[in-house]
Amino acid sequence: MEDSEQKVVTNLPRSEVAAAQPAQSDASEAGTEIFGAKKVSCYYGSFRAVTDVSLQIYEHEITAFIGPSGCGKTTVLRTLNRMNDLVSGAHVEGDVEYRGASLYGKDVSAIAVRRRIGMVFQKPNPFPKSIYDNVAYGPRINGERNKGKLNEIVERSLRQAALWDEVKDRLNNSGLGLSGGQAQRLCIARTLAVEPDVVLMDEPCSALDPIATSAIEDLMRDIKQRYTIVIVTHNMQQATRVSDRTAFFSVLRNEESDTRTGVLVEYGRTQQIFEDPHDDRTRAYVTGRMG
Amino acid sequence: MSVIAEQQRPDLREPKGWRRASNRIATSLMVLAFVLVIIPLGFVLVTVIAKGASAINWSFLTSQIPSEVAPPGVGGIGPAIAGTIVIVALASALAVPLGILGAIYLNEYGGTGWLAKLIGFFSDVMTGVPSIIMGLFIFSIWVLHFGFSGLAGAFALACLMLPIVIRSTYEMLRLVPDSLREGSYALGATKARVTVTVVLPAAIGGIVSGALLAIARAAGETAPLLFTILTVTTVNWNVFSGPNTSLPSLIFANANTPYAGAQSRGWGAALTLIAIAFILMIVSRMITARFARFQR
Repeated sequence: MEDSEQKVVTNLPRSEVAAAQPAQSDASEAGTEIFGAKKVSCYYGSFRAVTDVSLQIYEHEITAFIGPSGCGKTTVLRTLNRMNDLVSGAHVEGDVEYRGASLYGKDVSAIAVRRRIGMVFQKPNPFPKSIYDNVAYGPRINGERNKGKLNEIVERSLRQAALWDEVKDRLNNSGLGLSGGQAQRLCIARTLAVEPDVVLMDEPCSALDPIATSAIEDLMRDIKQRYTIVIVTHNMQQATRVSDRTAFFSVLRNEESDTRTGVLVEYGRTQQIFEDPHDDRTRAYVTGRMG
Repeated sequence: MSVIAEQQRPDLREPKGWRRASNRIATSLMVLAFVLVIIPLGFVLVTVIAKGASAINWSFLTSQIPSEVAPPGVGGIGPAIAGTIVIVALASALAVPLGILGAIYLNEYGGTGWLAKLIGFFSDVMTGVPSIIMGLFIFSIWVLHFGFSGLAGAFALACLMLPIVIRSTYEMLRLVPDSLREGSYALGATKARVTVTVVLPAAIGGIVSGALLAIARAAGETAPLLFTILTVTTVNWNVFSGPNTSLPSLIFANANTPYAGAQSRGWGAALTLIAIAFILMIVSRMITARFARFQR
């Protein structure tokens, strides 16, 4: 990191600012940069949830965000497709570049952003519609009316999400009648149906049993060839199993104002983060001594 | 079984004493409350059916309204049924779309802005305005200038229905979980798309039954129509001009006469009105059930 970038405008004590600087490992042998976050701070009203996050996310990789609760992983994830716009009072400082274009620029439409950058949520949220209509929803709002094409998209997406064989005979049944794991795969199929460039996943397996979790992890590895995936997870084994890079976030407490804010502690290749972490806090977390 | 196992077996029976007594008292109070609510409803139904059922037949439902002094069995209430249908239909056409759109604005677009707060506040105030005031209001701003008509009656009923539709729709929209909205936004939907394709379908059952309850309520209103439609004895299908009549106005007029024939026609009209409200309730239940198909 260059020296000029170390000048951080913040009201945190000096020592904490130094500590907040992530120990970045080099980005050698990386592919195309999809996201470049530059000193991103997220606020909910006047509360600063995340401070000065800078990281790069690369094409056809799975990047995992790990860290204790309240460290801002989900908040950072939601800045990547401007989902936080929907929370009243939320705003972002700094900038996120997506394939070189600023996501928070003046003329940027959050709608256009989200058409390219899809999201799967923590709790499966199928629409109260049929399984078919759930998957066809995205293509339809993008103007696809051709029945044959829609059938094709629905089948392809459900196959990609490893759900086709389980639901192909009941596509007209309600999406709400599926089990938790099936509903989450339906939501993934719904996201894949619009052929996004990036899929953001916010703890997609936290409500699922180990078998459903492993189905979704297999699916992530399968679709990685075509998509770039960013996943927030509380499960460190999951991060080691699926991700290429891992970002460890932590909570920084400001004693003066008694506020807590999330910081990016360390970001690098998953193997390095788990086997040879450069930061003591990362080591403590990944070895289970903290969090 | 060994003695030790016998001693260790936990006592899982309902505990005696106050805990059990309070349970019984509360249960009895609830049954009592239910009976107290049912008694007046039962009396109303029994009385209206006993006095009105004998009057009702096809010719009664379709014939013109005779003179007050006509004996029982002569004439009917056709014009009142026709008037009720056209006036309530027009009032619904005015109030239901406006109310649903208003509720969508309040819940989806207005947020906590001052305009949404103002509209919400006045909508609640409007709920409390007595129905006869609505009639007088339309009388002064419309009837005085354009004369009595079904349209004027529909305006008054629509004023009455509007806050009910807004409130019931608003509550239904609030029940739609934000996770559904986010799911739609995450696919690149615009706010209008999210509202039309996800929020409204998820809430439609409740919205429809709320609207039908408002319609049933309006169909039974007398006061707003007193100053707005006058009365007629022949069918007037033209809701936009000329005086009209309705079932509640007919009941009100006939109940004020000493003639047995008119009173019997009044009871018949009352039973017809209850039947219409009842049918609307059943339809609303059926629609709710139909839309609930994907809610499970």
